[in-house]
Amino acid sequence: MAETTYLDANELVINMGPQHPATHGVLRVKLNLDGERVMGSECVIGYLHRGVEKIAENRTYAQFAPYTDRMDYVAAVTNGMGYVEAVEKLLGVEIPSRAQYTRMILAELQRIASHLLWLGTHALDLGAMTPVFYTFREREEILKILEKYCGARLTTHAFRIGGLQYDLYDGFEREVVAFCDYFMPKIDEYEQLLTTNRIWVNRTRKIGVLSGEDAIAMGVTGPVLRGSGVKWDIRKAQPYEAYDQVEFDIPIGEHGDTYDRYLVRVQEMRQAVRIIRQCVERLAPGPIFGKVGKVIKPPVGEVYHSIEAPKGELGYFVVSDGSTNPYRVRVRPPSLINLQAFDMMARGHLVADIVAIIGTLDIVLGEVDR
Amino acid sequence: MLENAFNVVMAHPLLLAVIKILIVFAVLSGIVAYLVYMERKVLAFMQARLGPMRVGPWGLLQPIADGLKLLLKEDIIPAGADKFVFLLAPAISVLAAFTVFAVIPFAGNFYISDINIGLLFILGVSSLGIYGIILGGWSSNSHYPLLGALRSSAQLVSYEVAAGMALVGVLLISNSLSMVEIVNRQQQMGVWNVFLQPLAFVIYVIAAVAETNRNPFDLPEAESELTAGFHTEYSGFRFALYFMAEYTNMVLVSCIAVTLFLGGWLRPFSSVHALDFLRWAPPVSLVGAAVFILWLGLQSRVPLERYFFVALALGCVAVGVIISYPLILNAVQGIFWFGVKVLAFLYAFIWYRATFPRYRYDQLMNVGWRWMIPLALANLIVTAVVRYLLSAHTPASPVAWLLR
Repeated sequence: MAETTYLDANELVINMGPQHPATHGVLRVKLNLDGERVMGSECVIGYLHRGVEKIAENRTYAQFAPYTDRMDYVAAVTNGMGYVEAVEKLLGVEIPSRAQYTRMILAELQRIASHLLWLGTHALDLGAMTPVFYTFREREEILKILEKYCGARLTTHAFRIGGLQYDLYDGFEREVVAFCDYFMPKIDEYEQLLTTNRIWVNRTRKIGVLSGEDAIAMGVTGPVLRGSGVKWDIRKAQPYEAYDQVEFDIPIGEHGDTYDRYLVRVQEMRQAVRIIRQCVERLAPGPIFGKVGKVIKPPVGEVYHSIEAPKGELGYFVVSDGSTNPYRVRVRPPSLINLQAFDMMARGHLVADIVAIIGTLDIVLGEVDR
Repeated sequence: MLENAFNVVMAHPLLLAVIKILIVFAVLSGIVAYLVYMERKVLAFMQARLGPMRVGPWGLLQPIADGLKLLLKEDIIPAGADKFVFLLAPAISVLAAFTVFAVIPFAGNFYISDINIGLLFILGVSSLGIYGIILGGWSSNSHYPLLGALRSSAQLVSYEVAAGMALVGVLLISNSLSMVEIVNRQQQMGVWNVFLQPLAFVIYVIAAVAETNRNPFDLPEAESELTAGFHTEYSGFRFALYFMAEYTNMVLVSCIAVTLFLGGWLRPFSSVHALDFLRWAPPVSLVGAAVFILWLGLQSRVPLERYFFVALALGCVAVGVIISYPLILNAVQGIFWFGVKVLAFLYAFIWYRATFPRYRYDQLMNVGWRWMIPLALANLIVTAVVRYLLSAHTPASPVAWLLR
């Protein structure tokens, strides 16, 4: 064994997590420090691994759907949506337009809820304790709508393969529009607290910079990619459901720093409200279920389907061997792939910035580990 | 007999001082305890929630419950700690914070002592509080407390320079270090120092927030990075002492700011006799408080709570009536206005906490050394030059003094 000489040891290794209030779950980060400066980092994951993909092989197609809710547990609606759409693609069924618009409304509401959670906790990490209470107040309204629709607030299992299990409850449209009217001024309120706040700008500008090329090279998606100035949104690039029939913009950042990603997500909430309003207008009475049999038995084959989840590209690769159980389900979780860029973003920053960088990536460990 | 006792007290200044000290200490401890309650309530209302509601009506007994809990907790001393220093450190912090109140004039007729170097005394003794922090962090013999203590003391020392420089500006225009004299001087000039020294006031307020380790400068306690900072290893009542020291310091810096910049116990526009009706403010505000309490009480569905609130409201009215007697009304003027101003300051402290994110350590040092201290120095130089030019015709000009 080589003799340790402490005189040369100018790098100090410290451990952050898995039990740490700012790692948003059970992420463990090993930091190589030179003083307070981060020279390198290593993310240790797997503390929340539950073998979701393996479970899929022992369940029928329909039985697996609720498990997807437990991956990104703060955005269960979009998680389920990606899976049911993948299986529908495999089956080759068309789903009716009422079901499509309902799915879009709920998915966009979920996007807002997910971004609200992110905004509150990100601000809390940086010492601003008030936004989290405001964002949770509005998130509560969304959860109430979800609960009224499907009975669950968090792990919703909102959609079925082939359409919807329940039709919308009476007054759904009115409540959703009322929420949109109520919510828009609230976004301005959050922005008033943070956007031009000197300390907030100081803490986020030029922190965790990710250039457009690097972002693409690392495979990051979602708001993290768009914050780096790359105009890529699967809702536009490969439209699913009826996203090609609604109008919305893709907000992008300029510098790829934490502040830009903050702005992008805030803008995305406004765009989500815009989409919801259009969908509510087009919601017409009609069937809510496509032609799917009682027993789901897709033909032999494989399919990859991805959607724009709140955190980025959420992809499902489903292989069918013709039986009632999927042969293999592989999930491409946005959080895991986005976390890859962490080291690149963290290098050269101070320890206090690590908290900001973890926050800006908006990871959910349930999805990273699956 | 009462008269007799009064005469005895008056004949022995030492006895009088002891009584005053006891009053100040008791009232201050109560204020500090309820300041925590006020902070939790105000923060809660700013954040769309209710705050403590369970212990007593509207959570009014919460501070007492918290204090009792901390008293009854086990007092843990880490195995590797330097025991003597570990036990001593919190006492230093709280002692330094309380001692300074000896020279704060709460009213023109109520202060413990008025020494001619009052301001120096304040700066000197309050700096001792840093020892409590650094010794506590060091004697814990643990990494996080040590780092927290280093950060704290670096922060306190740097912002103390800025605060001290800002106060020197006031000194120059007041011609005195005595706290009572500084307030009297503001009365003579007919204008509060804040209007003569606005920059110094702003610098002092910012430095005061930093010195009390409050948001946005609450780095020593940055939970998301450093756990609890210097008092990580402290538990039970020793932790409570640190907690008390922090809140006492909040009251203290508010008192200093009010005395030096906002006219101390003087009522707003004290030289404008058209506004003399303002001296009715104490009883009127008490009656207002009574109405508010009654309104709160009527909302409660618990009978006991309703009786309590009604009794409290009646008590407020009774006190209001008592202090309406001219003699007493004149006596409470000073303490009332002083209290109102200090409360406003404390409210602002809580307001900052609800509004601002936290500075990063290097940014905090940047703000302190690159902005606050140069600005305070510039303010000091400008004040001195103006002061010199204004008094150049008098023989006691600084140059003459230097040449002498």
